[in-house]
This record gives sequence, structure tokens and C-alpha cells, in this order.
Amino acid sequence: MIGSIISSGIVSPAWDNLFAVIIGMGFGFALESSGFSSSRKIIGTFFGYDFVVVKVFFTAAIVSSLGLLYFSYLGLVDFSTLYIQPTFLTSAIVGGIIMGIGFAMGGFCPGTSLCATAVGRIDGLVFLGGMFIGVFLFSESFPLFENMYYTGSEGAKMVNTVFGISPELFTFFLVLAAIGMFVGAGWVQKKVQKIEY
Amino acid sequence: MEKIKKDGSYYLNPYLGGVILGVFLFLAFYISGRGLGASGAVKNSVAATVNVIAPDHAAKSAYYCQFAGGDKQPMSNWLVFEVLGVLAGAFFSGIIFNRLNFKVEHSPKITSRRRLVFALLGGAVFGFGSQLARGCTSGAALSGMAVLSFGGYITMIAIFGTAFVAAWIFRKNWI
Repeated sequence: MIGSIISSGIVSPAWDNLFAVIIGMGFGFALESSGFSSSRKIIGTFFGYDFVVVKVFFTAAIVSSLGLLYFSYLGLVDFSTLYIQPTFLTSAIVGGIIMGIGFAMGGFCPGTSLCATAVGRIDGLVFLGGMFIGVFLFSESFPLFENMYYTGSEGAKMVNTVFGISPELFTFFLVLAAIGMFVGAGWVQKKVQKIEY
Repeated sequence: MEKIKKDGSYYLNPYLGGVILGVFLFLAFYISGRGLGASGAVKNSVAATVNVIAPDHAAKSAYYCQFAGGDKQPMSNWLVFEVLGVLAGAFFSGIIFNRLNFKVEHSPKITSRRRLVFALLGGAVFGFGSQLARGCTSGAALSGMAVLSFGGYITMIAIFGTAFVAAWIFRKNWI
């Protein structure tokens, strides 16, 4: 079956929402079981006492990138049927900076706050409530940011084309960089004073 | 399985957790042709709520009308169903790994109240930024990286780069 399966028409699109629930369950399980329901464990990355975020995030990025490239090589995935996050350079950078500040203040990102809420963390639930306020404020003030939101569209630009290399070679370097980060994280974690949480 | 903590809960090995996450991210693309997300479901919920309370206002807004109004069904959306799955999956994990209990997690040096105020502000700031960047750590950064999106990589670097600096500014809340 050539992916994405839904676009290939083998399975009725009506099934898509059921797949969404099952895939979401795997997502939530992976995050919570790795410790992402704890804000103090998540934030450990930024102080060097726990690098679980780096380890989980980059392992997942490698596994999914390699899986998609391998399936594409075998002719089992058609990249043109996949949703590729479009590149709007200005809003990606400014939005990312705002999110980074929210991350350091709140200790969660949206996905991890859902996991924290699911296991009874009140701080996770409050973060989630805050997100509704933030999204509402953005939506209401959209005319102010509309220019920034749409400026500098580069479409579904692939990161490997920026370096002028093939997707496979880029992913190879990504794997090397991730292994370097895992080794570095282990080294820093040994040096940094342990924090009980 | 490692690090059995004082309260009896324990965690999966982070690399195993990463592989499971990566496999489900792969499946999301392979099956549904799209990545994982979280903030998108909040966006759809907000758009749906505004559309019910003030339909005229939603129809006039250049932002809401992309997601709600007319024959659009913002709550019957892939991401909304996926987020329901996230809650269920995390709940099961909480049962298995012995982490289900109500508490406010915070550094012993700050009060619960201070933690909750910053959680609320952080959530609002994060939610705002996620709309500008067209997705959060999951939808824009991680899912973008899986399909080698340039924008995904830029968002990831902007989030983590800023968070390292901002965490130092807010360090008294954490360490």
C-alpha cells in the first residue's frame, strides 16, 4: 500500500478520524511514559540536569525521517501526498521565539501539557487553559499580525535544498548530529549537580 | 524501565520512548498523510466556541473564518480526534507507570500559586506563538522535521534556542 493510505483511496476517509485517535494514543503514551508529564523533568534540558527532551525528541525525529525516506525509496510513500509544513520564515522565527519564552515560563509545550493534564497535574491543566487564552488573543488581534503571518512565503521548502544536498545525505548528517548531542548530553549531565524532583 | 522514584513511579528509557514516538509519527504520515499536533486542536476549539457564541464576529474575522463557519466543522477534525487519543494514551501510561495523582508540581523554592500563575502565563504566551508559527513543538517542529521541512527546522531552533536563554531568566522558578 502506497502512503499516505488515506489519499490512496484504499481506505475510506471516514476511517481517518479513528486512525487519528489510535495514533494520538501512541503519541500520548510515548510522551507520558518518557516523563513529559513532569514540567521539572522537561525543563531539566535547559539547566543540564535531565536531557530527556533532547533524547526523546531527536530519536523520534530520526526514526520518523529514516522511516519515511526508506519507504519512499521502496516506493511505498509518495511524498507529494504528505502535508509538509510550509515555510514562512518571519512568522516561524518570531512565533518560535514567543513559544520559547512560553516554554521557559510554563514548563510545558502544548502536547506535554495535555499529557500532564491526563495524569492529574494541575499545572498542566492551567497551562492548557492559558493556551486557550493565548490562541483567542492571537485570533482577535490577527489583523495586527496578518502581514507578518503571510510574509516571506517559501512554500513547502525542504531543508536539504538549503544546503544543496540530497534528503538522504541530510538525514545522515542529522543522525550524526543527534548522536553527538546524545553523547554531549550524557557528558554534561554527569558534570551538573543533581536536582531531586 | 528505569529510575524508580520515591513515589513508586518510573519512566521508560528515553531512547525507547523516542522510538515509540517516532514510529507513531511515521504512522501518522504513512496512514493519514500528516504529522502529529496539539495546538491545532486548541485553535479549532477556540474557533468553534467563538463561532457558536458570536457567529457574525467569527465570519468577519480573517482568522476564524479559515477554520469555522459555513459548512466547516472545526470539532470534527483529525487533530481534535488525535488529541482525544493523546489524553487517553497518557492516562493509560499514567496507570501503568504509577503516576496518576492530582498535584501541582513545582520547585520547593516557590509556592504552588506562583507555579500556577507562570503556567497560565506560559500557556498563553505559547498558545499565541503557536498560531503565529502555524504550529507548536509537535505540529511545526517535530512533524516538520520528520518530512525535512525547512520551516519545521527553523521553528525548532527558534523554540529551543530561545528557551535556553529564557529558562536562565526564569531560573528562580525552576532551580
